[in-house]
Amino acid sequence: MYAQMVKSEGSKSRDEMTPEEIAFQERIDRNEKIEPKEWMPEGYRKTLIRQIGQHAHSEIVGQLPEGNWITRAPTLERKAILLAKVQDEAGHGLYLYCAAETLGVSRDELLEKLHSGNMKYSSIFNYPTLTWADMGAVGWLVDGAAIMNQVPLQRTSYGPYSRAMIRICKEESFHQRQGYDIMMKMCAGTPEQKAMAQDALNRFWYPALMMFGPSDKDSVHSAQSMAWKIKMNTNDELRQKFVDQTVPQAEYLGLTVPDPDLKWNEEKGGYDFSEPDWSEFFAVIAGNGPCNAERLGARVKAWEDGAWFRDGLMAHAAKADERARAARHAAE
Amino acid sequence: MSSEWPLWEIFIRGQHGLNHRHVGSLHAPDAEMAIRNARDVYTRRNEGVSIWVVRSNDITASSPSEKGPLYDPSNSKVYRHPTFFDIPDEVGHM
Repeated sequence: MYAQMVKSEGSKSRDEMTPEEIAFQERIDRNEKIEPKEWMPEGYRKTLIRQIGQHAHSEIVGQLPEGNWITRAPTLERKAILLAKVQDEAGHGLYLYCAAETLGVSRDELLEKLHSGNMKYSSIFNYPTLTWADMGAVGWLVDGAAIMNQVPLQRTSYGPYSRAMIRICKEESFHQRQGYDIMMKMCAGTPEQKAMAQDALNRFWYPALMMFGPSDKDSVHSAQSMAWKIKMNTNDELRQKFVDQTVPQAEYLGLTVPDPDLKWNEEKGGYDFSEPDWSEFFAVIAGNGPCNAERLGARVKAWEDGAWFRDGLMAHAAKADERARAARHAAE
Repeated sequence: MSSEWPLWEIFIRGQHGLNHRHVGSLHAPDAEMAIRNARDVYTRRNEGVSIWVVRSNDITASSPSEKGPLYDPSNSKVYRHPTFFDIPDEVGHM
């Protein structure tokens, strides 16, 4: 999900399509997977690079708000669990970068675009994690929202993306459950601990709703992406599903969702709820969230500080290669 | 120089959408012939939709004797499995 507002090339009607494009669309309609070396429209390739790249960036940047609490976890067990969770996010980023690279973009190009601000990551990671309860709220809500989006993406039309999503979804359940487990512990604790849990829910509820992207009526890029099956559900469909799943979970914890207009709607079989403040969403996407500069700064610093190490290993490999070649030469 | 054809490892994608899987190996003088031979040896009964061939010499494998040091440490990290956490039935699937 981690992919918001991915710009896609304009939708084409059938009579504007070339025979190649028609054949391609028919393959997708038959649920065939598209594989790296096969013909694909340039727009499909470009849109996927943007979407998978943004998704990968989100996994990597997403390590930062949680990494913030590894050294201050309340017990050794919680620390080991959080470490394992953050390690998984790195792995998810790697699966996705590799999937994007099958489309002909290099890892360095993707990272350069992240570092220069030309590619985005999910708005959610520009919010601070102020207390330990935020580790609970992030796992429960943020990973919960991501799962909502990623489960249908397992059926996406691009083979490498689909297979990456299948691996990720297998690992994601642990993330949400460890978050909810933290929330259950906090809510069964002292009044102060329960208040921390409520405060975390208050701060993360609307940013979590924003993760699904703008309302369908303002979502300009959906039609083509849905025809290509690189977007499987509309933003509003997924948001509704998320709210319907999450409200009973909040009730079980004895927490209150910070929305006075939240109400069960018998007729539609789902909750009515307030929209997030979309002006805040657009401000965060544009770089003006509470932590944008800090997050991007941390990524750029990690990249620059690691340059000598990456170069050193490459130089070592080149030397070893050279020595092996010389030894072979001497033996002949 | 030996004139024996080199060994190739063969990977077949069984169905659309699945990963290629290693199915075996064969000898061939070059990559193109390896694919042709793999098609004859490994897909006579319509077993695949795509073939990859890789020179066996180009594959670096982990050593079986390293099994312990490589994989045992994950045994103590049971919390990586979702079932480690007891989530009450009332809150629904998670």
